[in-house]
Amino acid sequence: MLIGHQPKPFLLAVEALTVSFDGFKAVNNLSFYVEENEIRVIIGPNGAGKTTVLDLICGKTKATSGSIQFRGKELTKLKENQIVQTGVGRKFQTPSVFEDLTVFENLEISFPKGRTVFGSLAFQRDDAVKQRVEEVAEMIFLKDRLDTYADQLSHGQKQWLEIGMLLIQDPELLMLDEPVAGMSVSERAKTAELLNRIIKDRSVLVIEHDMKFVEDIAHKVTVLHQGQILSEGTMEKVKNDPKVIEVYLGH
Amino acid sequence: MIINSRFFNRSELIGFIALAAVLFVILPLSLDVFRLNLVAKYLTYAFVAIGLVLCWGYGGILSLGQGVFFGLGGYCMAMFLKLEASSVENTKIQSTPGIPDFMDWNQVTSLPLFWQPFHSLTFTIAAIILVPCLFALIIGTAMFKRRVGGTYFAIITQAVAAILTILIVGQQGYTGGINGMTDLRTLKGWDIRPDHAKIILYFVEVVLLFACIGIAQFIRLTKLGRILVAMREQEDRVRFSGYSVANFKIFAFCVAAIFAAIGGAMFALNVGFMSPSFVGIVPSIEMVIYTAVGGRMSIFGAVWGSILVNFAKTSLSESFPQLWLFGLGALFIAVVLAFPNGLSGIWADHVQPRVDRLIASIRAKKSGGWSGNSVADGAPAE
Repeated sequence: MLIGHQPKPFLLAVEALTVSFDGFKAVNNLSFYVEENEIRVIIGPNGAGKTTVLDLICGKTKATSGSIQFRGKELTKLKENQIVQTGVGRKFQTPSVFEDLTVFENLEISFPKGRTVFGSLAFQRDDAVKQRVEEVAEMIFLKDRLDTYADQLSHGQKQWLEIGMLLIQDPELLMLDEPVAGMSVSERAKTAELLNRIIKDRSVLVIEHDMKFVEDIAHKVTVLHQGQILSEGTMEKVKNDPKVIEVYLGH
Repeated sequence: MIINSRFFNRSELIGFIALAAVLFVILPLSLDVFRLNLVAKYLTYAFVAIGLVLCWGYGGILSLGQGVFFGLGGYCMAMFLKLEASSVENTKIQSTPGIPDFMDWNQVTSLPLFWQPFHSLTFTIAAIILVPCLFALIIGTAMFKRRVGGTYFAIITQAVAAILTILIVGQQGYTGGINGMTDLRTLKGWDIRPDHAKIILYFVEVVLLFACIGIAQFIRLTKLGRILVAMREQEDRVRFSGYSVANFKIFAFCVAAIFAAIGGAMFALNVGFMSPSFVGIVPSIEMVIYTAVGGRMSIFGAVWGSILVNFAKTSLSESFPQLWLFGLGALFIAVVLAFPNGLSGIWADHVQPRVDRLIASIRAKKSGGWSGNSVADGAPAE
C-alpha cells in the first residue's frame, strides 16, 4: 500500500468522454488530464472536435457519456453558470462581448459578485469593483476606452475585452478558443504578451492553429483527430510524430 | 421634490418633468371629466407598456400575452367590486340573493369557493400583485428553464392569452362570460361612478404610474438592468459569466406581469367593468404596438405611445370605425420599418440635437461679449 505516495491530483481529468450528434461521434472516448498551472494547447485539423471538447467542459454541450472532473467535482452534471462558479472560464472563438454596453460595464458584469437576481439588484459599484476593472482594463490595453461602447472597438480590441472579462472572473482553468485568430501582426504580438501575463498562476487550455504561437506558450500539446487523441506530449515530441505530420502538420 | 441627478440624466429629467406636468396639471385642467376618464383608460395600458420596455426592450423577451396579466389584475379587482355590488339588498330580486347577477342567471346557487376571499380588500390587493406574478413565474420557469425563447416564447404567450379568453368566456357562471363583470359600483362603500370619484381615481392612477416608472428606472440603473441588455445580445456570454440567464428572464417577465396587473386593476376601477376582450390576442398585440410606437427602449416613450395611439384610436374610430384597425396595422409596420426605436427614437435622433443646438446658440448669444472677445483674441494668431 502506497498511502501518502499518491500522485498529485489533476486539476482537470477528462475520462472516456464521448458525445454523439445523431450517431456521429464528434468526440470519441477521449481522456486527458491537465495539471495545476499547466498550459495545454489542443491542435488538430478542422472538424477534429477541438471546440466541442471546450463546449463539453464548460457545459455548452452535454456529454453522451464519460466524465469531466474539475477539482474532484463532476462538471457533466452542472449547469453552465455553476461550472463558471467552480472556476472554469471560457472564451469563444468569435469575440462575444456586450456591444450595447461600455467597456467598463462589460468588465463589471464579469466581476464575480452579485450573480443572483437579487444580488444584482443590490450590487454597488464600490471602490473594489472600480479598482479591479481599471486594473484589468490597463492589462488589456483598454484603460483609456472605459467609457467607449464595445460596438466601437476593433476586432482585436473586442478579443482583448473578452479576455479581460475572463480575467476579472479569475478562473482556475481558462479555456481560450483561437485567441489570436483574425488579428493583425501587431495585435497578435500584443495578445501573446497579454496571454503570457495572464496564464501565470492558473491552468490554461488553448485551441490554436498558429504553430509559432503554440510553440511559444505550450507546456504540453494534445493533437486531436476525428474526436480522438492522435498524439500527446511536448511540442518537440508531437512535431516529430509521423502520424501528426501526416494528418496535420504536413499540409 | 428633490430628484437625485444620478437617478435621471438630463434628458430623462426633462422627460420626467414634461410627463408629470402633462398628467398632473395640463390634462386635468384642460379636459372635461369624460375625456379625463378616457385618458385614465389609456394610462392603464401605459403600465403594461412600461413592463414591456423592461421585458422586451431591455431583456429582449417579446411577450404577446400581456393581456393575460392585465386581465388577471383587472378580474381580481372586478371580483371584489362585483361582490360589493352584489349585497343581499341589492340583489334581492334574484333567486339566490347575495351572489353576483351573472351567477344567478347561470343557475349557480352559491358563491364558489375561489370567490370567497375576494370579500376582503386586503386579500384583493395582494391577489392583484401575487396572482399574475405567480402565473408569470410558472410560465417563465417552464419556458426559460427549458431555454424556450424568441419567437417560440411569443407564440406560446399568444396561446396562453387565447386559452385564458376561452376559459373566461366558457365559464360564464363563474366569470361573467363574454360580457365580463359589469355594473361595478362601490369600493368599500365609496361610489366609483360619479365625476369627482373619477377625478380622484385618475390621480391615484397617475401616482401609481409614476411609482412604476420609478421602479422600472431603478431596475434599469442597477446591474440587473445592464445584465438584461447583455442577455439580449449575448445570452451565452452572460451564462458563461456565471449568471443563470433563466432566472433573470423570469424576473423581468414577473415584473412586467405585475405592472400589467396594476394597470388592469386600475382599468376595472376607472372604466367600471372588466371583460375578456381586454385579455385575448388582439389587445395583447395592441399593447406591444403602444410600446413599439412609443419606443421600446424608453420608459417615458412607452407612456406617450400608450396615450397617443389610444387617443388616435378613439378619435379615428369615432370618425372611421371600419378603417381604424387597418390604420393600427399600418402604424405598426411603419414604426418597425422606419423608426425601430419609436417616438422616443425620433425624439433622441432628430428633436433633441436641434433643441441642444438651440440652447447652445441662445447661451452663446447671452454671453456674446465674452465669446466675441475670445474669437477676436484667437483670430490674429491663426
